[in-house]
Amino acid sequence: MTSVLYDLPGPRARARNRIFGVIAALGIAALIGYVGYRFWATGQFDGTKWEWLLYTDIQSQLVAALGATLRAFAAGALLALALGAVLALARLSDHAWLRAPGTAIVEFFRAIPLVVLIFFLFFAAPQAGLRLGVFWSVVAGLTLYNGSVLAEVLRAGVRAVPRGQREAAYALGLRKNQVMRLVLLPQAVRAMLPTIVSQLVVLLKDTALGFLITYQELLFEARYLGGLAEFGRPIIPTALVVGAVYITLCVALSALASYLERRNRSQRGGRESPVPEAPGVIAGLGA
Amino acid sequence: MIELLVDNWDLYITGFRNTILLFILAGIGALALGTLLAAMRVSPVPVLRLVGTGYVTVFRNTPLTLVFFFFAFAYPRLDLIDVSFFTRAVLALAVYTAAFVCEVVRSGINTVDVGQAEASRALGLTFTQTLTAIVVPQAVRSVVPPITSVLNSLLKNTTVAAGFSVAEAGQITPALSERGAPVLIGMAWIAIGFLILVIPLTVTQRILEKRWSVAR
Repeated sequence: MTSVLYDLPGPRARARNRIFGVIAALGIAALIGYVGYRFWATGQFDGTKWEWLLYTDIQSQLVAALGATLRAFAAGALLALALGAVLALARLSDHAWLRAPGTAIVEFFRAIPLVVLIFFLFFAAPQAGLRLGVFWSVVAGLTLYNGSVLAEVLRAGVRAVPRGQREAAYALGLRKNQVMRLVLLPQAVRAMLPTIVSQLVVLLKDTALGFLITYQELLFEARYLGGLAEFGRPIIPTALVVGAVYITLCVALSALASYLERRNRSQRGGRESPVPEAPGVIAGLGA
Repeated sequence: MIELLVDNWDLYITGFRNTILLFILAGIGALALGTLLAAMRVSPVPVLRLVGTGYVTVFRNTPLTLVFFFFAFAYPRLDLIDVSFFTRAVLALAVYTAAFVCEVVRSGINTVDVGQAEASRALGLTFTQTLTAIVVPQAVRSVVPPITSVLNSLLKNTTVAAGFSVAEAGQITPALSERGAPVLIGMAWIAIGFLILVIPLTVTQRILEKRWSVAR
């Protein structure tokens, strides 16, 4: 392995690295061991703290909570993709009266924290006569924020399509909307698919914000089960179980994203064609 | 509209002061931990690489709300050092954001052409010289713009602390509705406050991106 910082190690460097490796392994093992010891010492590994998992009621409650998380994710993802496409088209339009509101909406919803947006929809919107309820407050918040981000992603994708494609399409006599619909967007979506999927990971993670406004999803369920006195208030076990569920779901989606990225690369004749960058969009970064 | 801001000035001031404080402290923590993790991920020691990768995988795929949840409800049960809730909020934000800082720094280091380092070694430069004179100056160009994006998200993510009753800007809403003030207008002011905080960061990021984007 040769990298920018390190040359191929010689015999002395290899010996030194081995020593560093051992020291690091010991240090990290000590750290993990200490945390594990605290878990053990405070009784987190006691059978009673994990008994709740054996009850079929609780199991079906957990599945229902997972269903609630996935429902919010599915609704949010579909709506955000649709909104993203609309906003991207608006921002790419030739007409200033479409571009300006598109830009304003995208910039506004990217600047407002999602928590504030969801609180607004849940606490303040009813005062203006708009009663969304818990589920739609979460979904609407997720849609507005992620739709704006996806708009930027799609726009970057369209702009990264080689100019010749657009010129050739116009030369063939296609209309403006045909050029966009048949030539530019399909290529943009294909090129940006990895980024789009990693934005969906963000969306999935952000469904957990529903917890803050008492949407009864996984984290809410964890809080509820963690407070049950008859199982010794197993908040740490429930947090661990729910965390494992989230990580599994998100890792699966992230794996899909990196598979798509690899496939994109290999299908273009092995030529290095990285995913075009959308300014200000970092894979997986959300609340 | 203005009266509401004036009447509840105390709420807004403590709220945004705590937001900024959370942002600065967690930002410093995340940058330090993230850079350390990036150094681990590019190091020639397999154990360190493994740990770095594991950390990033876990925290990139965990909702921030869950990290907060853990620090808010689970941390006190472990009888570790007793720290204030504010400190735990800083820890949660720093620990989460560090994973993203790590990825940005690592990919920044990887954008530097290997030939650059090979040439500098061929010239007889030591490791430290290669690092400080060749690699870092080039890596910084591609690291700083996305780091400002990460910090931007951190700033917005401080509001998650509101759900766990740290009195920062996101907490203003519930407090307002307790006082019976019109929440709709109150929230408009919070939104404006965030626009004022976020826009300079976004503008800096775009300027840096334009100025520092180099054809490789």
